[in-house]
Amino acid sequence: MKKGYDVVVIGGGIVGCATAFELAKRGVKDILLIEKRFLTAGATGRCGAGIRQQWGSELNASIALESTNILENLEEYTGYPHSVELHQGGYLLVAYTDKEWDQFQKNLEVQHRLGIDSYALTPEEMKKKVPYLNLDGVKGGTFNQKDGHANPFHCTQAYAYGARKMGVDIETFCEATGFRMKNGAIAGVETTKGYIEAKTVINCANTRAPELAKMVGEDIPVISERHQALVTEPVAPLIDCMVMAFSRSYYVQQTPHGSFVMGIGPKETPSHNFKSSWQFLEHNCAVMCEALPILRNLRVVRQWAGQYDMSPDANPVIDEAAECKNFYSVCGFSGHGFMVSPRVAIMVANYLTGQEDTLDIHRFSKKRFETGELLLEPAVV
Amino acid sequence: MADKVIICRCEDITREMILQCIEDGYQTIDEIKRVTRAGMGPCQGRTCRLLIAQELSRAYHVPMEEVLMSTFRPPTKPISMGALADAWLENHEGEEAVSGQAVAPKPEEGGAAE
Repeated sequence: MKKGYDVVVIGGGIVGCATAFELAKRGVKDILLIEKRFLTAGATGRCGAGIRQQWGSELNASIALESTNILENLEEYTGYPHSVELHQGGYLLVAYTDKEWDQFQKNLEVQHRLGIDSYALTPEEMKKKVPYLNLDGVKGGTFNQKDGHANPFHCTQAYAYGARKMGVDIETFCEATGFRMKNGAIAGVETTKGYIEAKTVINCANTRAPELAKMVGEDIPVISERHQALVTEPVAPLIDCMVMAFSRSYYVQQTPHGSFVMGIGPKETPSHNFKSSWQFLEHNCAVMCEALPILRNLRVVRQWAGQYDMSPDANPVIDEAAECKNFYSVCGFSGHGFMVSPRVAIMVANYLTGQEDTLDIHRFSKKRFETGELLLEPAVV
Repeated sequence: MADKVIICRCEDITREMILQCIEDGYQTIDEIKRVTRAGMGPCQGRTCRLLIAQELSRAYHVPMEEVLMSTFRPPTKPISMGALADAWLENHEGEEAVSGQAVAPKPEEGGAAE
């Protein structure tokens, strides 16, 4: 680690690593990424690993589509020598209410305009895809084969690997503790490993991003919300696709390894609570065994908790601090950061290097919460 | 030959693979667990956790007691989902099974995500 850098990225999750990678790819030479613990120690390493293009707004669907295209070749894209374990077994979205079913039809129209190959299924057709699905109360579903999941640890490591190859320094167990400013612009970062000069800082610290931004006088309306997940023992392949329902608030998928990863999402009061709860363990199993009774036979081997960085409209907040030039925050991904990070990182890197982009980064500004130009998303949870 | 020794019996991870991780720059049990799955199986690292710690201690020249432990997560032993589901139902008698809005929040109130 040197005493100064052109760019310091804070946060070793997939957003930070992908952003550092895309900047280096665009010729930015002098980049440092710092991470409080180790890469993927935060939200990325705790996420459900799903990637889907079945969104209800054109913005999210197109970002997800382009992100998937990158994930399909991420090993080659970054030069990473291991597999990122992408599996495109599809997402089956289940509608349990008429209102939800109507919304699904509208979502399909949006997706079809973008060339996403999603389609509607009757309950009987759903049963053919997932024979174990309990059809009680099911109105219908939609499916897209290109959806699926990837290994968040390896995806992040792939970006970090590619970034290092291009000269990016990555310093783990290095926590940002404060900032120095000069003439209304960022000058450097105080860390647990000493002071580092920086011409630009990119704050990708997820739920910790608002408190870092606060240190330079910037308020970001993003809160931290605990969500929990669990994993079972591995078994022979039973379900190829992710099964997910918004109204019953569950998702479940079988990984290529054979284990089932799942979670339910009751709303909680904002906190930085990283503890697992037995209430989740029991409640999750009750909800999931109702939806897929075959799961009764599987044994839970581990549960964990992570944090969603929730923004008011459940979409990212990407902005420069008003009182501190060249201090950017990229946060507020609200539970779907993993699947959109490849494209968002490109947008951020294009903007910072003055390159054109089909996406307008200003749409993600926090100004939208004042002007009312919210990035509304009907297919979010 | 010695490197082919199995360190994580649940996930078939050899000592050679652990040493490769250390060579790749990984410094903690947590990182090695995430990239290899060592310690993610049914026994949750009961055997391999300390064996990996031993390799890290040797490679980085730190005493065993200073090697950062990974988080111990519940449950202690694998439990069937059916038993857990029944426990929930028993404590929520009279509630409409587990379907609908009775137990799951409305989407606009926030809910599951990947």
